Amino acid sequence: MIKVLARSIREYKKASILTPLLVTVEVILECLIPFVIANLVNQMQAGCSMDVIIKYGVALIAMSIISLIFGGAAGATCATASAGFARNLRKDMFYKIQDYSFENIDKFSVSSLVTRLTTDITNVHMAFMMIIRVAIRCPLMLIFSFSMGFIMGGRLAMIFLVTIPLLAIGLFLVIRAATPLFRRVFRKYDALNDSVQENVQAMRVVKSYVRENYEKKKFKAAAEDVQKDFTRAERIMAINSPMMQFCVYAGMVFVMSYGSYTVITSRGLDLNVGQMSSMLTYSFQILMSLMMVSMVFVMITMSLESAERIVEVLSEESTLQSPENGLTQVKDGSIDFDNVSFKYSKKSDRKALADINLHIKSGEVIGILGDTGSSKSSLIQLIPRLYDVSEGSVKVGGSDVREYDLESLRNQVAVVLQKNVLFSGTIKDNLRWGNPNATDEEIQEACHLSQADEFIQQFPDKYDTWIEQGGSNVSGGQKQRLCIARALLKKPKILILDDSTSAVDTRTDALIRKGFREFIPETTKIIIAQRIASVQDADRIILMEGGRISAIGSHDELMKSSAVYRDIYTSQNRVGGDKNAQ
Amino acid sequence: MPNNTTARGRRAPKGVLGRLIRTVFQFYPVLLPVALVCILINAVVSSMPSVFMQNAIAVVEETFETGDWSSASGPIFRLLTILITLYIISLIAGICYTQLMAIITQGTLAKMREKMFDHMQDLPIRYFDTHNHGDIMSFYTNDIDTLRQMISQSLPQLMISGVTLLSVFCIMIYYSIWLALVVIGGVVIMTFVTRYVSGHSSRYFLRQQMAIARTEGFMEEMMNGQKVIKVFCHEDGAKADFDKVNDELFENSEKANRYANILMPLLGNIGNVMYVVVALVGGSLLLAGAPNLSLSGMALSISIVVPFLNMTKQFAGAIGQVSNQINMIVMGLAGANRIFSLLDEEPEKDEGYVTLVNAKELEDGSLEECSERTNVWAWKHPHHDGTVTYTRLQGDVRFFDVDFAYVPGKTVLHNVTLYAKPGQKVAFVGSTGAGKTTITNLINRFYDIADGKIRYDGININKIKKDDLRRSLGIVLQETNLFTGTVMENIRYGNLDATDGECMAAAKLAGADDFIRRLPDGYDTMLTGNGANLSQGQRQLLAIARAAVADPPVMIMDEATSSIDTHTEAIVQRGMDALMMGRTTFVIAHRLSTVQNSDAIMVLDHGRIIERGTHDDLIKLNGTYYQLYTGALELD
Repeated sequence: MIKVLARSIREYKKASILTPLLVTVEVILECLIPFVIANLVNQMQAGCSMDVIIKYGVALIAMSIISLIFGGAAGATCATASAGFARNLRKDMFYKIQDYSFENIDKFSVSSLVTRLTTDITNVHMAFMMIIRVAIRCPLMLIFSFSMGFIMGGRLAMIFLVTIPLLAIGLFLVIRAATPLFRRVFRKYDALNDSVQENVQAMRVVKSYVRENYEKKKFKAAAEDVQKDFTRAERIMAINSPMMQFCVYAGMVFVMSYGSYTVITSRGLDLNVGQMSSMLTYSFQILMSLMMVSMVFVMITMSLESAERIVEVLSEESTLQSPENGLTQVKDGSIDFDNVSFKYSKKSDRKALADINLHIKSGEVIGILGDTGSSKSSLIQLIPRLYDVSEGSVKVGGSDVREYDLESLRNQVAVVLQKNVLFSGTIKDNLRWGNPNATDEEIQEACHLSQADEFIQQFPDKYDTWIEQGGSNVSGGQKQRLCIARALLKKPKILILDDSTSAVDTRTDALIRKGFREFIPETTKIIIAQRIASVQDADRIILMEGGRISAIGSHDELMKSSAVYRDIYTSQNRVGGDKNAQ
Repeated sequence: MPNNTTARGRRAPKGVLGRLIRTVFQFYPVLLPVALVCILINAVVSSMPSVFMQNAIAVVEETFETGDWSSASGPIFRLLTILITLYIISLIAGICYTQLMAIITQGTLAKMREKMFDHMQDLPIRYFDTHNHGDIMSFYTNDIDTLRQMISQSLPQLMISGVTLLSVFCIMIYYSIWLALVVIGGVVIMTFVTRYVSGHSSRYFLRQQMAIARTEGFMEEMMNGQKVIKVFCHEDGAKADFDKVNDELFENSEKANRYANILMPLLGNIGNVMYVVVALVGGSLLLAGAPNLSLSGMALSISIVVPFLNMTKQFAGAIGQVSNQINMIVMGLAGANRIFSLLDEEPEKDEGYVTLVNAKELEDGSLEECSERTNVWAWKHPHHDGTVTYTRLQGDVRFFDVDFAYVPGKTVLHNVTLYAKPGQKVAFVGSTGAGKTTITNLINRFYDIADGKIRYDGININKIKKDDLRRSLGIVLQETNLFTGTVMENIRYGNLDATDGECMAAAKLAGADDFIRRLPDGYDTMLTGNGANLSQGQRQLLAIARAAVADPPVMIMDEATSSIDTHTEAIVQRGMDALMMGRTTFVIAHRLSTVQNSDAIMVLDHGRIIERGTHDDLIKLNGTYYQLYTGALELD
């Protein structure tokens, strides 16, 4: 895990290594300062002259300045290193996700990816900062103070050998008890927030059924549950501070009693007054460092889960690779399915597609009908190689799709997905996704073809109209027409519409298809639809049922041969205005 | 200090801290003062030992040259006894306050969450329509989290440090005012430095928070559109956009942490310098034999200077601790401010006094209120003169010249007049933005009309208690929202008193029973993430069953726009038709096929009813409806 994460340090390696080095110097000085001060106190007690005090003073100020410079520099490099590490981590994750195949994307939910990219990275960022600065500082501080204690206090420092292990064991026990509690509580906490989100989204339902009080009760129970666990965890953690106070106090009492005894009985030879007072400082410093170590430890254990979740994304390998030196030209728009079977996951026993044999000539118009779950979308997603077949092969322009360079293949096989999305930006920005170099004329032409130009012209800002996130400020039918225009701008050899005109009225739908016939006759068109009217004039119509092709033929042929097709036709033409559109 | 004005401008307004403390106090009127007293004891007591330490050192100094332990042991043990007693008190106080604060913090957060949630439930729909849901969520996540840090750590730390500073300072002037002045000088410098540095770091921390929010928004959009990105090979573009957002976050986070990280060494070393200056001044005073100025009247001696040096260290440490908390406090106050702004939102008002009661019919045909369930409902209408009338709940809804505007001045409905007699079906058709959904928002008073009147069974709906009004209306929305829980629980949402049998009957009516039985655990199947494991059509069937179990006399149905396959659509349609039977129904239609059998169809355009009548009337009219029907106009 650490190896995967460490790869993201890169250009911040220097800062990451520099920080502990700078901190080391800072710590050495910080430990030397009390030592010098102890000497000063001794000198003053011995009734030294002002010169000596000034000499010591200058030395101390110099040390402080150096310590400040190093400490400040360490703070700065630490901030750069950790913020940089977080930036690279975010970048690596985001880039990695960009390389994911559809199969990889299906594995993670959107909200989980967003959390991983934000909250989890923030946690790791903080932990990294702690590690390179505090986690180095504290053990060093411990060692220095400890050895200084021995140098200064001699036998007096033995007290550390008692208090430190005691404290360490105590901290260990506290952390061990608290960590699993924290993990559990964070999960419950997430669930609580999910339920708030659910409530906010369903507010209309809550209010129409007058369930405000019911929801309040439900929430109260969940909130109290979180509170109970959280309080337990925090109360365990709260033992830390009195525990360390106890050790400090024990140390103080020991130094005062045994220290005074030693000073007096040895007449200041084994231990003098200055040493005794600096022992007090050291014992304080040592215990402070231990305390910090414990805090860092808690933070690291808490961020461990975040780190795991990040690594999960980073080490997920894309299931689709573009072949090296793949074909870049799709010869024509012909498509061949040979004995194709397809499963969404290797482990699943359910075949989404089975024994598909299908040959589509270049320029043909194919309609696909079928119930939800009949794998219509699965079928077409194999053509631009959004998924790989499990068995058999899919050929485009006579070559297996796996032989093409992915980008070239997808640029020449355009899909308008069923769950389609517009992005925040102008209409033009969105359309240029199809072709970044498209001229205004080309854009308008594509919109003309998809019947989008008309309504775009009615917007005050026309093609520069700003589209809100998810395209929430245009109607469903308008969104679909924009998505079709975006795909048309690719000038593809094959155009696939996955239920892309469901919200478009029948007349416009017919106009779009008419435009296709007239302006892009050589493009192979595959149209998935619910309305028979949308596919009626196709060269061939495929009827899908449970992952298999159950019937294939022209409208007239199917009307004769397929009872299912006839049923759908009559059900759709009995009611509604579809028949009038023809 | 340049830039500090902008830094302060972003800080939470005054009074937030006070309100926060008052709120915590209201939650814990006993525990909080106890905890505060414990903090006080702990802080005061832990600053006392230096006094006794000084006394002990004085004793040692006097006797160490003679090496006579027996004469020194008496006073030293006496001092030790006092010291140990103080330590024990301090420890007990320490344990008490840390435990209490853990309880208080988590309790406060839980109560705060409940308070927010309770208040949120009472807010009008307008609030949810005009606020980004992500924003509302961050009250519960980011803002509450900042409060946790602040209450559990920053506030006690602030108090301890404050007390430490005060008591150490008192001891200082007790010993020597001259030396104390030196320390004050140091404090002034430290305060200055802290204000400068933390002003910068707070500013960047707040910016960092904003950058995080922006990043989150960006990620959300990109992750939602990831498949589109793949299909269009737009990965490089997405990466470039991402780099911009990411770099901005990096810059703010780097600067924020840089300032924050520098503060500690800065203050620590100023403390060191202060230490040196005290030693120099103390030393020179000692050598010069200058007269001491102190509250104790003691002469300056080495036994005063040495503990004074320790106190200086303690003093600087306390300031460092305070400054360490500043960023937490700034962010915590900003969070508290946002939370308070939510709590200050005006809740939905309800001045209705007409209530819905169970009734039974007397022999003369009049109604009488009763407590048991009778399946006869009546509106209980108290009048000014003290009389009470009962009107049978039938489901007669009439609009009289209704005008409405979401934003004052921008009227979206004009002069809408319509009526639906009990059991009738009224359909609204029209393009996006014509005002179909708006009309239904008015019947259940999600929004209040600007002008005109709406009567329900002859009663002005403004007089009816909102809860009772809504109870008498069923609603099936376009977007189906289900709750985490079993299928059964989701159906029972419509009527919490419904038995399992009644819920199943409702599911059968809706046509949902079939698919529910085929689910792995049938009616006990757990649904999560808004029923993510169900198809769109199945979710709609559940929503219909939920409305059916509520069994209201009036239904509002917003048909789904998203395409479901013909087969499922037929089942959903059958379910809707079954639910409409015998009820007054308002249908917002997205497919004309479903409205032909309506008693009246209202064609809306720009907030006005432009055509009305039955299907046949409207076809004959050869107007907008005819165009919609023939597919010449787009319906949405």
